[in-house]
Amino acid sequence: MIRAQKIGKSFGPLRALSDVNFEISQGELIALLGANGAGKTTLIRILAALTRPSTGTAEVAGYELNREQQQVRKRIGVVSHQTLLYGEMSAQENLYFYGRMFRVPDLQSRIDELLGLMELKKRRHDLVRTFSRGMQQRLSLARAVLHQPNVLLLDEPFTGLDIHAEELLTRFIEKAVADQVTVLMTVHDLDYARDHAQRLLVLHKGRLAIDAAAAQTTRAQIVELIRE
Amino acid sequence: MNSLQQIYTILHKDILLELRSKDIITTMLIFSLTVVVIFNFVFEPGSEEMATSAPGILWVAFAFASNLGLSRSFAREQENSNMQGLLLCPVDRSAVFTAKVAGNVLFIFLVELITLPVMVLFFDLHIGPVWLPLLGTLILGTLGFATVGTVFSAISANTRSREVMLPIMLFPVTVPIILAAIKSTSYLLAGRDMSQVWSWLRLLIAFDVIYFVVCFLLYEYVVEE
Repeated sequence: MIRAQKIGKSFGPLRALSDVNFEISQGELIALLGANGAGKTTLIRILAALTRPSTGTAEVAGYELNREQQQVRKRIGVVSHQTLLYGEMSAQENLYFYGRMFRVPDLQSRIDELLGLMELKKRRHDLVRTFSRGMQQRLSLARAVLHQPNVLLLDEPFTGLDIHAEELLTRFIEKAVADQVTVLMTVHDLDYARDHAQRLLVLHKGRLAIDAAAAQTTRAQIVELIRE
Repeated sequence: MNSLQQIYTILHKDILLELRSKDIITTMLIFSLTVVVIFNFVFEPGSEEMATSAPGILWVAFAFASNLGLSRSFAREQENSNMQGLLLCPVDRSAVFTAKVAGNVLFIFLVELITLPVMVLFFDLHIGPVWLPLLGTLILGTLGFATVGTVFSAISANTRSREVMLPIMLFPVTVPIILAAIKSTSYLLAGRDMSQVWSWLRLLIAFDVIYFVVCFLLYEYVVEE
């Protein structure tokens, strides 16, 4: 579902990523770990077709990233710590806007379904700027899955969430994986990653230092890498 | 056809946001009206200097007001990384660009439509016989300015001092547009022969086309990197 081949990214003299290779199968939940500045967000941005790699390429949902960006975008959903929502629009208006952009069929019933799932039905007509951080993140998740993507790219989705929103997000990710959606998620919580992900990818100074099953990786190994 | 629908969706969203906040139009309108009112007190009422300076004052007011609006227009897309949300949609970057230009043209033109009658009143201008070509000049000048401004506001938004960077980049590049617009307006208001006006309008159209094509091609690289 995701195949990264020798991905590298430079910003002027700074090398953010070097020779990153990995494969993720359909329905896998993978945690992407690393210290701040290790290249996690850059990698997610490349896989989301938001920025082009300086070297290498990737295949996402069966499409070549450098040549078939629009096809890739149709099949991915992205959640980051920024909600990508318009504060001056209501929850329903935001979903309607993104739904039209993704040409979601039977949009109104899909919006109803997601607002119910995210427990936001009662606030559907309220402006997003009046929502709490947790509610905004739940709506952001609804935005990301509106078009039923095959791949979910989550960049620190738990940042600033309350316990309820955290539980809802965890349940949602578990359901997505059960539905054979591929999930690549950057997290800072090592325990969460070890408990929930099937595999861990650890980036260290832009290089992939660990690509192993969660059970085969010790906590000390990762902590040492992140601390370096 | 599909791109047209997405262009409409983005434009509709921008209009909705402006109707809610009114910050772009209000800022531009206050600025342009203030310029017109201040310059009204500079000249003797009905003097020749007043009539000859009017086109320049009008376009300076529009250009600086537009600069404020363009800066705000892109800043709005940055508040929750909304631009990133737009770029994640399966839509060509050129469609995003076209929609943003259309939105900017609409907002600027609206401000011009309100400012112009005030200018006519304060400066005692006679636009009766030339109102149609004058409207055409406004549209062409606005289109060129908004096209370049849409790209430069995206570039300057990623710099530390975007409010300063935008005019520094925008005004030198749009000098041909501003000059052609001022000349066309001044010839129209002076009642000159249409063939003289037409030579400046042709220049305006040529720059509009050149700028639109260049910006259309550049936009993808500007918003992605």
